Amino acid sequence: MTVLLDAPTSKDTHVAGLLRLATAGSVDDGKSTLVGRLLFDTKSVLADQYEAVERTSRNRGLEQADLALLTDGLRSEREQGITIDVAYRYFATPKRRFILADTPGHVQYTRNMVTGASTAELAVILVDARKGLAEQTRRHTAVSALLRVPRVLLAVNKMDLVDFDKDRFAEIEADFAAYATALGIEHHAALPVSALRGDNVVEPSADLAWFEGPTLLEFLENVPVQTERRPAGRFPVQYVIRHQSADYRGYAGTVASGHLEVGDPVVVLPSGQRSTIAAIDLLGRAVERATAGQAATVLLTDELDVSRGDLIAPAEAAPAAVRDVVATVCHLSEKPLAVGDRVLLKHTTRTVKAIVKEISAKLDITDPLAAAAAAGPAETDEFDWDHDAPAPHTLHANEIGRVVLRTASPILLEPYATDRETGSFLLIDPASGDTLTAGMSGDPLGVFS
Amino acid sequence: MSTLTHDETAPAHDHLRTLEAEAVHIIREVAAEFERPVLLFSGGKDSIVMLHLALKAFAPAPVPFGLLHVDTGHNFPEVLAMRDRTVAEHGLQLSVAHVQDYIDDGRLTERPDGTRNPLQTVPLVDAIQSHKFDAVFGGGRRDEEKARAKERVFSLRDDFGQWDPKRQRPELWRLYNGRHRPGEHVRVFPLSNWTELDVWQYIAEQDIVLPEIYYAHERQVFARGGMWLSPGEWGGPREDEPVQTRVVRYRTVGDMSCTGAVDSTAVDVAAVITEITASRITERGASRADDRLSEAAMEDRKREGYF
Repeated sequence: MTVLLDAPTSKDTHVAGLLRLATAGSVDDGKSTLVGRLLFDTKSVLADQYEAVERTSRNRGLEQADLALLTDGLRSEREQGITIDVAYRYFATPKRRFILADTPGHVQYTRNMVTGASTAELAVILVDARKGLAEQTRRHTAVSALLRVPRVLLAVNKMDLVDFDKDRFAEIEADFAAYATALGIEHHAALPVSALRGDNVVEPSADLAWFEGPTLLEFLENVPVQTERRPAGRFPVQYVIRHQSADYRGYAGTVASGHLEVGDPVVVLPSGQRSTIAAIDLLGRAVERATAGQAATVLLTDELDVSRGDLIAPAEAAPAAVRDVVATVCHLSEKPLAVGDRVLLKHTTRTVKAIVKEISAKLDITDPLAAAAAAGPAETDEFDWDHDAPAPHTLHANEIGRVVLRTASPILLEPYATDRETGSFLLIDPASGDTLTAGMSGDPLGVFS
Repeated sequence: MSTLTHDETAPAHDHLRTLEAEAVHIIREVAAEFERPVLLFSGGKDSIVMLHLALKAFAPAPVPFGLLHVDTGHNFPEVLAMRDRTVAEHGLQLSVAHVQDYIDDGRLTERPDGTRNPLQTVPLVDAIQSHKFDAVFGGGRRDEEKARAKERVFSLRDDFGQWDPKRQRPELWRLYNGRHRPGEHVRVFPLSNWTELDVWQYIAEQDIVLPEIYYAHERQVFARGGMWLSPGEWGGPREDEPVQTRVVRYRTVGDMSCTGAVDSTAVDVAAVITEITASRITERGASRADDRLSEAAMEDRKREGYF
């Protein structure tokens, strides 16, 4: 019996019309085939696309159309038969629209999975039923946990190659449940499938009659989406809308989390000016309340000096401004990140100068818990655990580490574990403008302290 | 399964609210962070939807950037009329770059097949440079084509407007990085996550007016390369291509020489939505000759600076 994700019982979750999911797994696990199967069986692949795949498959001497070809977009990917980048796929059923971030599986592409997972509400991790929880599966699960993807599903693929063995599935499911729980993933589940044959992907399978759970697509259609993780409203000001003839001064932005209501006493940070929300405009419609993810325009009762990068928050539940940042980061760029580097830090709508003060540890993302356990319990100095290992000083592409930064001006950064929107940031190379590093404030995996 | 019951209270089209909010966020981000943005506007449905979103994003203030159109010289007159009406209605600033000027003075040569879509790239890049535009909004969607599926929302282009898929910046969370060096610019695609169906559902919901050729009408057409093309000054038909009258509509609107009409009886938005829901062919597959050139046709054109 599979552990199903919890039902949408409370008002903070609902079956939204749009689900963002990320898939992870290697070519060998059949991820491209699974994604191709989902697209094909939901009729999201149309005749001309399918004919192109059939033609290419024939040219390569394949007997069947290789559905994996549907997802390989770039010439080098097709030539090498690999996926080198995040690709976004779109499909829909009468119940839901899906945005699927398809990410490659190898360790040198960890950054791509981090990218795909950053916006995902669900991670689907592929595993080969013959292999069970491989090193790669552990890494994908850990990345999902690190990025605080709210829900993680293990798709146990190639069930046909283990004779649809119920016990084999149960074994993998139990291993996964234990690992996911240890990583602090609250909502997780496992499903048996055969992507190649289509078993339990869109249609149930007679060979998997013992499985009492839903098909993969049923699961995707019904899994709840967390819309409000916390009540406190966070509204980073994106753009100031002035309209002189109407004497209008509105603060445009996207509600990062929580909600805002007309009449709420608010504080504008970092200046600390106080006011009250006079009106909220939701793209031309006056509303009483705006919630996380909505693009709104907020009007205040007082004439204040508010500009891009400021944060409007409830007066009684405002975040503290910080200049010293301790974060877990994934380095993305081929150019390494080193202690002493001067960078730009982009957090919500505010970009500030920052300096890398310390790179205190690297994290083995394949098995972060083992690394934490080996280091022993936290001592007085929270970075003390790795005193045997010298501080790494540099981080290379795809490496995950613990970084201390000092910013030139204050930012309203909150722990990533509390809030993905106000807890995340980018480090940018001031010279080239390239994105260097993805940052998550605090210790989302709870392994460093 | 009992624990996975559907919440019937969810609004029917709340995916459109999500996509709309995301697009508005992107448009506002560009207006805030760039010096001279411009919105590529052809009068086609995707650019009309993009402009509609921009109007909403800054209301009650006007849109804080202008429009740019690369006119191939073979555009549908109905679409140009719509372009000009829209510009006048909203008091917008429109710049037009003409492919014909480039052909007249020899900077570009007409292709033997008469297709002018690939010829847009040079005038586009020139216009971006001469106006010093640093951000250019395009209506491209990732569902259109395989190479587009890999492109970022903020797509950095070098001095020549070229796209390098391996130099793309990762995009995480809601954090878009638009930093660029002098001479470089960023192409921005607010509709990246929309599908053709989303666009049409939004057009229906928001009562957006489109050029009439998107709906079924009687038209003189001739067959070429498996598509119905419209005769016109651009050169078609040849002697061996008989013209006939059919009831058709356009799924995409581009250069007349390579945009095909499809047989259709869909005379209004609702009928179009029903039709594309049932369609077994993608909009580009049905109506764009330029994408059929090779498996990597779009990727190659993007690398050269195309949208």
